[in-house]
Amino acid sequence: MKHDMPPMIDRRSLLRGAGGVALAGTAMPAWAKSGGLPAPQQELSGEKITLIVAEREVPIDGRMTRAVTINGSVPAPLLRLREGQDLQLTVVNQLSEPTSIHWHGLLLPFYMDGVPGVSFPGIPAGGSFTYHFPIRQSGTYWYHSHSGLQELLGAYGPIVIEPAAPAAEPMREHVIMLSDHSFTHPKRILNNLKADPGYYNRQPQTTLDLIKGRGQSLRERIEWGAMRMDPADIADVTGAVLHYLVNGHSAAQNWTGLFAAGEAVKLRFINGAGMSFFNIRIPDLPMTIHAADGEPVQPLEVDEFQIAPGETYDVVLRPENRAYTIVAESMDRSGMARATLAPAMGISAPVPPLRPRPLLTMKDMGMDHGAGGMKGMKMRDGSIAPQVKLGPGVDMISAMPMDRSGDPGIGLSGLDHRVLTYRDLVALAPNPDPRAPERELEVHLTGSMERYMWSMDGKVMSEAHEGIPMRRGERLRMTMINDTMMAHPIHLHGHYFELVTGHGDRSPRKHTAVVQPGGRLSFDLTAQDGDWAFHCHLFLHMAMGMMRVVKVRAA
Amino acid sequence: MRAWVILAALWAQPVLAQTPPAQPVGTDQEAGSAPAPEPVHDRAADRFYPAAQMAAAEHWMMQGEVPSRFQAYRLDLAEARIGKGADGYHLEGEAWTGNLHRLVLRVRAEGDWGQRLEQGEIQAAYAYALGPWWSLQAGVRRDVGVEAQRSHAMIGLEGLSPYRFDILALGFVSDKGVVSARVEASIDERLTRRIVLQPRAELVALAQDDRQARLGAGLSSIEAGLRIRYEITRKFAPYAGVNWGWSFGGTADYARMDGKPAAQRSFVLGVRSWY
Repeated sequence: MKHDMPPMIDRRSLLRGAGGVALAGTAMPAWAKSGGLPAPQQELSGEKITLIVAEREVPIDGRMTRAVTINGSVPAPLLRLREGQDLQLTVVNQLSEPTSIHWHGLLLPFYMDGVPGVSFPGIPAGGSFTYHFPIRQSGTYWYHSHSGLQELLGAYGPIVIEPAAPAAEPMREHVIMLSDHSFTHPKRILNNLKADPGYYNRQPQTTLDLIKGRGQSLRERIEWGAMRMDPADIADVTGAVLHYLVNGHSAAQNWTGLFAAGEAVKLRFINGAGMSFFNIRIPDLPMTIHAADGEPVQPLEVDEFQIAPGETYDVVLRPENRAYTIVAESMDRSGMARATLAPAMGISAPVPPLRPRPLLTMKDMGMDHGAGGMKGMKMRDGSIAPQVKLGPGVDMISAMPMDRSGDPGIGLSGLDHRVLTYRDLVALAPNPDPRAPERELEVHLTGSMERYMWSMDGKVMSEAHEGIPMRRGERLRMTMINDTMMAHPIHLHGHYFELVTGHGDRSPRKHTAVVQPGGRLSFDLTAQDGDWAFHCHLFLHMAMGMMRVVKVRAA
Repeated sequence: MRAWVILAALWAQPVLAQTPPAQPVGTDQEAGSAPAPEPVHDRAADRFYPAAQMAAAEHWMMQGEVPSRFQAYRLDLAEARIGKGADGYHLEGEAWTGNLHRLVLRVRAEGDWGQRLEQGEIQAAYAYALGPWWSLQAGVRRDVGVEAQRSHAMIGLEGLSPYRFDILALGFVSDKGVVSARVEASIDERLTRRIVLQPRAELVALAQDDRQARLGAGLSSIEAGLRIRYEITRKFAPYAGVNWGWSFGGTADYARMDGKPAAQRSFVLGVRSWY
């Protein structure tokens, strides 16, 4: 439709876009600047916006690195939109390869969703494309390249959509965009993982741990060894190669958000990391969750929550007149991103040390943890998952996949403070489609750690080729069964789905949800017309084939 | 009894009484059993964009966008062997390319410093993935060096066994018709995050005598090693250790005839690396 036309850029948005580029001698958009310095280029708004995707050198964590930038910066400009507005976004591709921008979490016509080969042909090198769609929702979202490994190279930015009816008294707010950046090219990372899947795990279990009584007992080690499973394998790619960032700032660079004494502060957390889950906490300051994935939930006070790649959470804080540290610890505890909330620049609070690396348990293998639970259970019994192609790419079938929506995420069980679980989330408004699902569809998340292969139902996307068919408007229950020992954040484009967590017509609505290792997770959805990408949001897992196209057609 | 309790509760709690009976709503409802729709073979986006462009983009997304061929080389052993008599060297390494199935090139070399290459071999194999842990290896082996120069057809298995042993088991038929087998096993025990203890064993057996190659039928030799490495990086780790070698049966006889010991022990110093 608007494909391959010469870039139709009106002068104002060009200036705005170019302004971002010019400013980016520092390569940091103003919205992401420490202290949130106001600047005209801080964010892009209005009905016409231009984004320029280009490769350039930018400083990250104090070092110049080759990155895929949008309007010259990493992260990309903040798009501040308003519910009900119309949006024309022109993306100019100055890369030497095709690109695309996907609007993560936005409800829009499928042919504007921005996945090359699924929703549109992509944006060729040197070409441009104008996306055109209405903004039908409000909340915290983000955008990123959906081509190759560009997201891992820096092509991501936040989206904030104001509600149609603005709040009577706007609250002080900051976007906290979490990400991970590597100076090693993601292709090299992938090659390293293919050669040695444990390459980046620098916190393996050791004999010394055994002697000191840390971690697994000898018996457990022998049992896990017999199964060829590694309980210390929490993340494929770790702080050994990743720099964890808040708004483009490393922990040492300490991004600082300001507030005035006595006021409430809203933080919009977005996990734009390519490969990292984060545990978020602010010592001495409880967080009240107000929205998950952009959708309002009943306010819920917690002390910590885990955020998976692709998820967003809005939290409200009532800080005292002092500085606080926002701790974003990577799930495998190999590093942290950190930021400061303070009444003035230059003050900070103590940064807690990384907590010890957690270990996986039998539960993460889809086995009963109870007495003698393992007896008679097989690691890889294809008969309990007949739809899975039991090939070299599948090293495990969960024997007893449990609903783990009540788990807080790897490493956060049994803490002495309140940690969010999916089951705690309750939608603020009744769900728009309360119908009972007409049918249930099971999808197995499969993989082989030794071969670093990731798939659905035992087939990588190119092998399966055929999409998942759905009827337009049908109410459907999808049950994801995780036959791997890694947590997978599953994202369905263009839809909200309601988690089946016992909250009836107030089920939390999400666009990205984690299926815990060895566990299961169900959600109901109303199928929207078109072809939609459906994948794990760990980018290397998606790249390896843990992805499908959902094809929704008129019944 | 329970009904009475509920009734009493309803009477006592007018608020509760107003709530509708516990009919499941929303996601609390059971899923029905409607059949799945027929598979869809077209692309919805073809309605909005030229089909040829969509087809090309789909192909690129499925096949081309992300690398699907990988490669690495690894030098498992690259060491000096210090023992009685002349000091020698020993090398074992491999390079591979592919993804699920791989092409593998292996090299082994052994000799004394300053002498001609005593025993060397080059293997080329296709590694076909059988399952998540094992590959079938089929290919050829060429021996080089001062000892018998043979060509072999080879077939075998490589993989990770239960309890995480790395196994390479190969069978050979030489161009002289000699059938032989070699099994290698090793395991990495991480003592600390950087120090790794690696026990290693290798066993060679032959079905027939191979006089020229100085190998006897039956169990021919066993090697056992214990190496401890320090990982300066995961890819570069100097090591030190001990290696034992024993010859048996006919092979031991040949060794004695040639004035060589049937058993050897050496200290080894080397570097393990991969890239």
